[in-house]
Amino acid sequence: MLRIRKLSASIDGKPILRGIDLDVRAGEVHAIMGPNGSGKSTFAQVLAGRDIYKVVADEVTFNGRDLLQMAPEIRAREGIFLAFQYPIEIPGVSNLYFLRAAVNAVRSHRGLPELDAVDFMSYAREQAKALGIDDAMLKRSLNEGFSGGEKKRNEIFQMTLLEPRLAILDESDSGLDIDALKIVADGINAMRSPERAIIVVTHYQRLLNYVVPDYVHVLAGGRIVRSGGKELAMELEEKGYGWLEHERSECKPDRAQPSKNEAVTS
Amino acid sequence: MSKDLKTMDVLTREYPYGFVTEIEEDSVPAGLSEGIIRTISTKKNEPEWMLDWRLRAYRQWLTMKEPTWANVHYPQIDYQAIRYYSAPKGRGEGAKSLAEVDPELLRTYEKLGIPLQERELLAGVAVDAVFDSVSVATTFREKLEQLGIYFCSFSEAVQRYPDLVQKYLGSVVPYSDNFFATLNSAVFSDGSFVYVPKGVRCPLELSTYFRINARETGQFERTLIIADQGSYVSYLEGCTAPMRDRNQLHAAVVELVALDDAEIRYATVQNWYPGDKEGRGGIYNFVTKRGKCQGVNSKISWTQVETGSAITWKYPGCILMGDNSTGAFYSVAVTNNYQQADTGTKMIHIGRNTKSTIVSKGISAGHGQNSYRGMVKVLKSAENARNYSQCDSLLIGDKCGAHTFPYLEVKNSTARVEHEASISKIGDDQIFYCQQRGLSAEDAVSTIINGFCKQVLKELPMEFAVEARKLLGVSLEGSVG
Repeated sequence: MLRIRKLSASIDGKPILRGIDLDVRAGEVHAIMGPNGSGKSTFAQVLAGRDIYKVVADEVTFNGRDLLQMAPEIRAREGIFLAFQYPIEIPGVSNLYFLRAAVNAVRSHRGLPELDAVDFMSYAREQAKALGIDDAMLKRSLNEGFSGGEKKRNEIFQMTLLEPRLAILDESDSGLDIDALKIVADGINAMRSPERAIIVVTHYQRLLNYVVPDYVHVLAGGRIVRSGGKELAMELEEKGYGWLEHERSECKPDRAQPSKNEAVTS
Repeated sequence: MSKDLKTMDVLTREYPYGFVTEIEEDSVPAGLSEGIIRTISTKKNEPEWMLDWRLRAYRQWLTMKEPTWANVHYPQIDYQAIRYYSAPKGRGEGAKSLAEVDPELLRTYEKLGIPLQERELLAGVAVDAVFDSVSVATTFREKLEQLGIYFCSFSEAVQRYPDLVQKYLGSVVPYSDNFFATLNSAVFSDGSFVYVPKGVRCPLELSTYFRINARETGQFERTLIIADQGSYVSYLEGCTAPMRDRNQLHAAVVELVALDDAEIRYATVQNWYPGDKEGRGGIYNFVTKRGKCQGVNSKISWTQVETGSAITWKYPGCILMGDNSTGAFYSVAVTNNYQQADTGTKMIHIGRNTKSTIVSKGISAGHGQNSYRGMVKVLKSAENARNYSQCDSLLIGDKCGAHTFPYLEVKNSTARVEHEASISKIGDDQIFYCQQRGLSAEDAVSTIINGFCKQVLKELPMEFAVEARKLLGVSLEGSVG
């Protein structure tokens, strides 16, 4: 589904990702772990098409198509969903209204009829219940005045409604108490299916107790320094990221090579 | 930045109403003199008192100076180069019925999306169509007359309801009020007149659609709305003009009078030609609008969506005379390219327990300059007066400007006056967030602007909210939830 070769990204000339290789197939759950500043969030944002980064890669394809050539909204409509680490507030725009616009943008891209207000309302209510989102929260302005936990739950709620093919969850667990964490984890687990891939970006192993990944990758200094199964997360939890520090120093930070498949968006 | 460009697209669509109607016009020569005023008055077959009033205004105007305090800049206007009267031929006194209206005019309004055939009209809206200097058609009059509601052109009201006109004309905006209002008092040609009798709730939205067509002509309409005791009326006003490379002057006056327990809601969607991208042409919209809450418990609200005009200069206000009376002002003003707006309101608290609310949303893009200027005045007599003002500005790009000039004058210590102001930009992160959910950048900007204006748009009657949202380049919000 997602194939990445030598993906590098920089901002204002400062390299952040330094040649990432990754393959994600349908049905898989991948966890990307790593210390602060390792490039986890940048990786998530680059896949979603944030244009503040200069991106260079040999290959980034999504279902065989060149992802880097797609505008962010096309990536979204093609089925890439990013749950933001810091969801953005849009005053005056109701959560429900925004979601319907989003769902209909995706539906019409997929050749499905748009949902009218009434149909959407009942569909949304049903999904909202499981995530502990009440009507009042649906009608409030998007993320405005939401608590940290509400924002995170709202991201999961959006993911549920948008039914992505590839969901990227950027620290969806940060700042959550244990009850909220369970709700979020249940929401993610409910999304697992043979047709869908999920990339969980997280700092802590905690979430992975609930959302058990098929693969774990450790990102450090802008590259994947170790990949393994779910036991790798346990090992990390035990030994800390310092354990991998020596491996990081072993691979010398080489400059990102300009490649022929260059996509620059600014 | 590509994002700025995308953002601009939303706000710089072609002006769709810029066409000219080819029609023979009966007009007076350019220039202003007592003779011209007498000619206008004669053409309208006016009674002596009306002519006298005009002439008094004219003499007063000769002694006045054009105001310069507003934060707008434009070359000196040559008042002798303007034509003060222009009417489609043979329509000096207005058509008696729609069947008499020139088909070319009907087609014009149809093109503007305002069909005047009653069966095609939006259900629940009665329209008075003003073309250049005269009213060409008023719909649903008979239905309204059965309820005792008078809804007709101002010229006709002078003939048919002289007592009401004489009693209330100038009672809110006296002919000596200000330079532009005084000019209007001298030369006003037509406009709408509404009287709602005691205890009647007007079942239709009343509306006037103003259209400037003729070249080098000013439009000076005058509207007077009287809501008698316990009555209610909602009134809408829309405006467009052809694209021309010379500026045209529009100096209107609107007076509202609400008696005991009466309520008037007045909404404007102003879309005069704003000029081209370099700032050539466009309408100078110098308008005086004021409402008087004369009776106890009366209510007046002004809602405006100002997207057009090269320059907008208007301060729809409320004089809160009656005890417990309420005034409100909800405004969205958009300035793009080289548009300038200096707009706001005046709330004058005189009666006890009077309340006013001001919500102003300014959006500036391109080289647009947007000023909010608002006065809240609480007189000594206004025991327990309350005011809440909120002024928010949204900037798009880095060449535009937003300014806020609040004036507070409080002479009663029991008054409570609150003022809040904010200024923000559309964030790249907001646009990206919307895009990540599948919205195009244009839709993202529309959505954000729509959200910004929500408090004001929800005050508009449904029929107009649709037009206003389209104008702001946004899809309909609020149909859900």
